[in-house]
Parts: sequence; C-alpha cells; structure tokens
Amino acid sequence: MSFADHLPILPVLLPLVAGIVLLMLPAARLAAARAVGLVATLALLPLAANLLAATADGAQFVYLLGNWPAPFGIVLVADRLAAWMLAVTATTAVFALLYAVQGTDRQGRHFHVLFQLQLFGLNGAFLTGDLFNLFVFFEILLLASYGLLLHGGGRLRVKAGLHYVVINLVGSTLFLFAVGTLYGVTGTLNMADLAVKLAATPPQSAALVQSAALLLFGVFALKAALVPLYLWLPAAYGQTSAPVAALFAIMTKVGAYSILRVYSLFSGQDGGPLAGLLDAWLLPLALVTLVLGMLGAAASRSLREQAAYFVVVSVGTLLTAFGLGHADALAAGLYYLPHSTFAAAALFLLADSIARGRGEMADRFEPGPAMPRAAWVGGLFFAVAVAVAGLPPLSGFLAKFMLLKAALDTPAAAWVLGVVLATGLLGVVVLARSGSLLFYRTHPAPDALPAPGVAALAPVAGLLALLVGLTVAAGPVSDYAAATAAQIAAPQTYIDAVLGARP
Amino acid sequence: MEALIALLIGVLTAGGVFLALRAQTFPVVLGLTLLSYAVNLFLFVMGRLAVGVPPVIHAAATGYTDPLPQALVLTAIVISFGMTAFVIVLALKARAELGNDHVDGLDNETDRRA
Repeated sequence: MSFADHLPILPVLLPLVAGIVLLMLPAARLAAARAVGLVATLALLPLAANLLAATADGAQFVYLLGNWPAPFGIVLVADRLAAWMLAVTATTAVFALLYAVQGTDRQGRHFHVLFQLQLFGLNGAFLTGDLFNLFVFFEILLLASYGLLLHGGGRLRVKAGLHYVVINLVGSTLFLFAVGTLYGVTGTLNMADLAVKLAATPPQSAALVQSAALLLFGVFALKAALVPLYLWLPAAYGQTSAPVAALFAIMTKVGAYSILRVYSLFSGQDGGPLAGLLDAWLLPLALVTLVLGMLGAAASRSLREQAAYFVVVSVGTLLTAFGLGHADALAAGLYYLPHSTFAAAALFLLADSIARGRGEMADRFEPGPAMPRAAWVGGLFFAVAVAVAGLPPLSGFLAKFMLLKAALDTPAAAWVLGVVLATGLLGVVVLARSGSLLFYRTHPAPDALPAPGVAALAPVAGLLALLVGLTVAAGPVSDYAAATAAQIAAPQTYIDAVLGARP
Repeated sequence: MEALIALLIGVLTAGGVFLALRAQTFPVVLGLTLLSYAVNLFLFVMGRLAVGVPPVIHAAATGYTDPLPQALVLTAIVISFGMTAFVIVLALKARAELGNDHVDGLDNETDRRA
C-alpha cells in the first residue's frame, strides 16, 4: 500500500501519537510541549487539504482497519463531508492553539496533551463508519473536553464543568442503549450495513428501530445543543478559558454532523421504517433553538456568555438548513458551518482580550474603564460582530442568503424566513448594544491596564481573514458544499463504497 | 430468564434515573453508576441469552453465542469505569471549591430542600 492509501487514518493517528509524546514530556518542558503541539496541529492542515483534494471528485476512501472487509471489521470512511469537517476542525484548532500558547496553557497541567486527544476524538468521530466506534470517539473527545473545560480551575468553572460532565455521561448511557437496540434488531453496527438492514426491517420490529433511532437523535441533539438540551452550553462555554471555548465552537458541530451522517444513511432508503423520521422534529426544534439562543444572547450579562449563546444560535441556523430536507439548503448549511465556527472562535478569543483590558470589570456588560488600544480592539470587535450577526459583506450574509433562497421552495418558507430574519435583526441590535456598552460607555482608567498585545489579537485577525477568504472564494466553496450535499443526498454510493471495499 | 433480566435492567435504570435527579453530587454519581450497570447488562443480552454455548469456534460445540456484544460490553465497562473515576474526583473537587455537595453549589438549607 502506498502512502496515499493510508491518508484516511493519518488525521486520527497524528494527534494520538502527539498526545502520547506530549504526555511523556516533563511538565517543566513547556516550550517543547508548545512546539510539539503546534507542529502536530499545523500538520493536520496539509492532511485535511490532501483529503479535500482527493475527495473533491466524489471519491470515497474506505480504510479497512486490519484489512477486515465491512461489515466484519471497523472502517474509516473519508468522503467530502468528512474531509470538510476535518478541514474546519484543523483550522479552528490551529488558531485556538496559537492563542493558548500565549499563557493559557500555563494555568494548569497537561493542556497540550488534552488538546491533542480532543483533536484525536474529533477527527475520529468525523472519519469513522461504525456506530459503536462513533460512540468510542465521542467518549474520547468528551473525556478530553472535560479536562480542557476545567483547565485552570476556579469556582464557576468547576460548577459548570460538573453539570457538563453529568449531562454528557447520561447522554453516553442513552447512546449505548440506542446502539444496543439497533444491534439487537439488525445484528450489525457498520453504518452502511445498518442502512441496508434497517430498510429491510420486518414490521414487527419497526417500532423498536424507530425508538432506538429517536433515542440516538436525542443524544446527538444533546451534543449539538438543540432545544431543550442546550441549557448546559452557555455556562460551560462561557466559563471556560478562551482558547478552549474557541475549540469547542466545533464541538456542537459534531452533533450536527452526526445527525446529518447517521440519518442521511438510515432514512435514505425509500420505504424503510425510518424514512422521514426526523422531518417532524428537526426543523421546528432548530427554529426554536434559534429563537431561544438569540433571546439568551440578548439577556446575557457578559460578553463570553453572549458568545456562548451565539454558538446556540449558530446551531439553530445550521440545523434549520439540515432540517429543510432540500439539497440547496443543505449546501447552504455546509457553507455556514465553517463560517459560524470561525466567527464563534474569533468572538471567544476577542472576548478574552477585552476582559483583560477592562481590569476588574472583565467582560461584564457594565460601564467600565476605557481599555487601552480601544480603537484596535473595537475595530476587531466590529468586524467579528458583523460576521457573527451575518451582515454583508462577510460570509455569514451569503450563507443566510443561500439558506433563505433554498427555503423559499419549501412549505416551511414563511416560518424559516420569519424566524431567521427576525433573529438576525435582534442579533444586530444585541451586538450593537454590547459594543457600545463595552467601548463607548467608559470612564478614564484609574491605573494603567495591560494593553492586549499584537500576538493576542493576531489569531482573531487570522480568523477574520479566513472569513474574508470564505467570502471572496464563495463560488468554489459553495460549489464544494453543493457537491457535498449532493453526495449526502445519495447515500447509496456511500453504502456501495463501504460494503464493496476489499483489501 | 428473559423476564428476569428485563426486570433487572428496568429496576437498575429506574434507580439510576431517580438517583441522577437528586440534588447532592454523591447520589448523582451513584445514579450514573447504576445507569451504566443497566446499559452494560442491556448491551450484553442484545446478543440473545444462551446457556452453556461457546462464543468462539469449538469442535464439539452444538451452537454459538454472539461474541460481539461481549466485546462491546467490555469496551463500555472500561469507558464507564474511567468516567466514574473522573466524575468522583470532579465531585470531590466541587465539594472542596464550592464548600458543599449540592450540584448547583448552593449551601442554603432551604434552597437544598427545594
């Protein structure tokens, strides 16, 4: 086998090996740990780019672990969607880590180990073609996220962390119940094989399969922070350190990805017991998530809490696109996914700089001392706010435009247009109020506060540059998203590729 | 035997859910543990109940039991074991940081009863 044949497993192996190497480094060797972490994370970029290029023509790479053919062995599958998610993850991780090496990683032990293991779990979850393996990678990314969330300690962080851990443990248990039921009925766990077997489920097992599939949806909805399972998110994301919150911007997308991957396969076959299972649930819940997330953002008392609620808003928008069941809407959602991830990450990183610049007021929405370099920080805040609110000229506007245009052809057009536009307007008002409060209602600082360095603002500027890139390259990017949506809409090619793969 | 196992899983799950909804961290940890016992048992019997038959190829075997759930349940046990250890340490840390064992960090007696 050549190097290219092993490409699908490298994004999983690299962070794992880097994590193990980092674990063996003594705690005092922080500079070495930073170097290893940065190199390993940067190396994910060319890997993801290679996979993007290799899958661009619609190829689906099936990697048979141990050369056992599916459905007997575990498979990794790299298709357009997986490559897309890997690229977004790697990019977000690079900027989060560039911010973290400026001091966050010194606040506790093993930051770089946990960061790499988090990437290990994320990349594995995007690549695996096996439902139980998806559970295992979920557990890996969750366990790493528990450590990262609590990194640095502190009262509020521990409290938010306890809630996050407990609710995710309950979610893991439900995941296992769902997986067990599906295995008990079909006798397989390979997702492609499950799709075939589920379509041929005898009628007496239909109710069992449906309840298992809905239970699984509940678990994914919990990870994605869909109403009513989003209440853990604002405290957890708002209280953790900035680079961790920036990386976690991708975590809710894991839930959205799983919903897309699993249900496109399970309900893709005509006439099966799971056909159209989520039609009644996904779109209404996504729209309610959008409304409640935006109301939460309006009621937030600090900028980081507000940023966390904007993550909920982005989940609502993303799942609205996925729930419309229209290929154009799906493409709009896939274009919105990197935009919302980068914008949320930028907002979290910038909120930390703002909090440092305001002394004891931190990022609370109360009049405080004028922060040093307010023009620069404020300028960046304006640009990030434009991105988060989805205003022109940045990519969020294009994504929402594509979404609304696709929604026009569907029966839910009035609901989608009404909710997306109204929450969009509220988002603009909310961010304008936050910005004016933080930057204009100030009094002279009593003593000199530390100015945010260029290095602290550079990752934010980098993420903004990526958003500009997404806007400028909107044509090719949305073409890729449309091709990805077309591939998801035709699950038979995925099933044939997986079940037909031979060593 | 099916009825007995089903009843056992049901009782474990009900107890786990009840305890997980308590307001102190220790019952919550116990509840999560019971839930993980229930799901491990559930996974194990998803390969159907069989008595006295081997899971791997054996010359004298008259029938076989499904070996896959046994592998799955082993993985699930290891993961839930690690998670339980983590959540116990976290609960202790929360007890130390927040000064009490309420899941919301409250120390008011009336709040706790509510």
